[in-house]
Amino acid sequence: MRPQLPTLDLVPLYPLLVVTGWAVLVLLADLFVQHKRALGYLALTGVIVAAVVTVALWPGVPTSFQNMAISDGQALFFNLVFLVTGALGLLVAIEYLERKDLQRGEYYALLMFSLAGMIAMAAAEDLLIVFLGLEMMSVALYVLSGSNQRDMSSIEAAMKYFILGSFASAFFLYGIALTYAAAGSTNLAQIGSWLSGRGIPKDPVALTGLSLLLVGFGFKVALVPFHWWTPDVYQGAPTSVTAFMSVGAKAAGFATLTRVLYSAFSPTFTTDWVTVAAVLAAVTMTFGNLAALVQRDVKRLLGYSSIAHAGYVLVGIAAASPVGVRGMLFYILAYAFMTAGAFAVACAVERREQSTTTLADYAGLAQRSPLLAAAMLLFMLSLIGIPPLIGFWSKLFVFRAAVEANLAWLAVLGVLNSALSAYYYAGVVVQMYLREPGRSPAEEVAFRPWRSALAVAVFLAAAATVVLGLWPGAVVNLLMGV
Amino acid sequence: MLIEFIPVLVLFALATAIAVIALVLPAFLGPRRPSRAKIETYESGKLPYGDARYKVPIGYYKIALLFVIFDLEVIFFYPWAVVLRQLHVFGLIEMGIFTALLVVGYVYEWKKGGFEME
Amino acid sequence: MAIPLSWWLTVAAALFAIGLYGVLSRRNAIGVLLGIELMLNAANINLVAFWRFITPQALTGQVFAIFVIGIAAAEAAAGLAIIISAYRRRRTVVVDELDTMRW
Repeated sequence: MRPQLPTLDLVPLYPLLVVTGWAVLVLLADLFVQHKRALGYLALTGVIVAAVVTVALWPGVPTSFQNMAISDGQALFFNLVFLVTGALGLLVAIEYLERKDLQRGEYYALLMFSLAGMIAMAAAEDLLIVFLGLEMMSVALYVLSGSNQRDMSSIEAAMKYFILGSFASAFFLYGIALTYAAAGSTNLAQIGSWLSGRGIPKDPVALTGLSLLLVGFGFKVALVPFHWWTPDVYQGAPTSVTAFMSVGAKAAGFATLTRVLYSAFSPTFTTDWVTVAAVLAAVTMTFGNLAALVQRDVKRLLGYSSIAHAGYVLVGIAAASPVGVRGMLFYILAYAFMTAGAFAVACAVERREQSTTTLADYAGLAQRSPLLAAAMLLFMLSLIGIPPLIGFWSKLFVFRAAVEANLAWLAVLGVLNSALSAYYYAGVVVQMYLREPGRSPAEEVAFRPWRSALAVAVFLAAAATVVLGLWPGAVVNLLMGV
Repeated sequence: MLIEFIPVLVLFALATAIAVIALVLPAFLGPRRPSRAKIETYESGKLPYGDARYKVPIGYYKIALLFVIFDLEVIFFYPWAVVLRQLHVFGLIEMGIFTALLVVGYVYEWKKGGFEME
Repeated sequence: MAIPLSWWLTVAAALFAIGLYGVLSRRNAIGVLLGIELMLNAANINLVAFWRFITPQALTGQVFAIFVIGIAAAEAAAGLAIIISAYRRRRTVVVDELDTMRW
């Protein structure tokens, strides 16, 4: 028997191939380049090339590569979010690692590999690619969070992230196996058509598979009650890593979650996962905000805040409508700029000998470094959802989608939560603008706009927060084509 | 249908029985004259030394985990080898790419001093 | 077709439960890692069993299992590396003792 040779249509995978190839290039360059900072710029070039390729593929190409990968508008939009996050993460890291004396080549290669995993997840049309992308991203992130070998909390973060992350992967894989059993395929579209074409309304095996998959996703995007690793990992990991993974890993998880729910488990199981998603969203945002209220450490505070924001994003998914998906996509873009920006500021404020920043470190920041404080003010206001910043529109879109989907209670709860979150975000602002600096001010004095990569990252994130907040129509038009 | 597995069961029973006989019978039948050389642990002819439960230098773990990675990549060669003839040049090129990526990892490991004992 | 599917699934479920117990009860990080490997391999048994009984004409389950074995090795290697670096720093691989961060 002669096997049918596959026709290799690699077009939808071009962004992935560029990033993977570039990661290998960075890895090899690390052996010969003494000046590790240059590797950061080399990786940045790769990210920009991949972004150009992604834009060139717009508005998407049909499913190909043995029906295993797809580059539709949604995948390409997520690619852009990942690449923006990657670029911000690289800019932050180039300077942060220098200051912390951690400048090493493998950091940039690992970051690129992790980015490749995220892109694979967004392009996945088969559970095999989903799992492959998930692991590629996660394993690179485990190592990245432990990249500060001198700092015990970094190693501890890596250990916790690794154990809980691979624990979640095992559940995820078991869910994949059961889903495969129920549908006889791992292709998302085929699973969807098989499950809805059956005479039996609900296959218990598929339902169990779905639950286990949700547990796995819950861990990866940090939904309550699967969130216990998040604050520790975000606090312990080097801040430049936190800036990258708090956005990237979450966005990638939601990218795949959306696709799995919408194409494999709709319409037969829609009512089931809508209920679960709505409840998880409500619990996640409430718990995240409540826990953030009592934090003194800014990285930990932002960690809990990111849990709350995962809840808001899930509101968009629970709406189970095209409006909800567009709201979710907009939210993730907004979240990327706000959160990566806030962590970038935390990088700037962090002292050389510490691995994190307390609220007291921000006291009097407005006097010492007005521009940095202004940027942080923007991020905090946007995270609360004050108009006309980007965070306002993102919340408006997901809550409106929830109301349209008869989930008004969820929208009301979301608004109440936003009010609650204003308290701790405002706490940071109060420290920066109303408190006098402590006896030994933090070291961000070296922060000079336009002269440092970190400043460029903060500026880009702040500019996007304002510009996209004033003209959200640009993104909305883009999303209408998704 | 499970009846087909009866021979396996018989094999298990026979193997266990023979092992038990070989261990128990000599204890009753054979003479017993222990000496120092006889009760010593048999280490394939080498003279045993030290305790079996001593701490291994951590460098060994590094070698072990490198081994795990490169060893398990071989699993992708097996299915490829089965259909190699049908795949022709296409399969060869694909496996070439795969191997090249492995070699990149190997070279990286080597140049970074991953194979040096500390 | 001698052994029915349910037997394979029982073995896999038992293996998964043993692994789960190992992860939750072990204090040694290496033991936790072993538990995780058991859980992944339980899922592998499922994948191969479902291939044999549900889609014998398409190789999906088998191919998936091979990929999982490769991925699990990469994961284990990264995990071991992290455990080694924790050991170098703290002279311990006991998970409970890694508790510098609390909320």
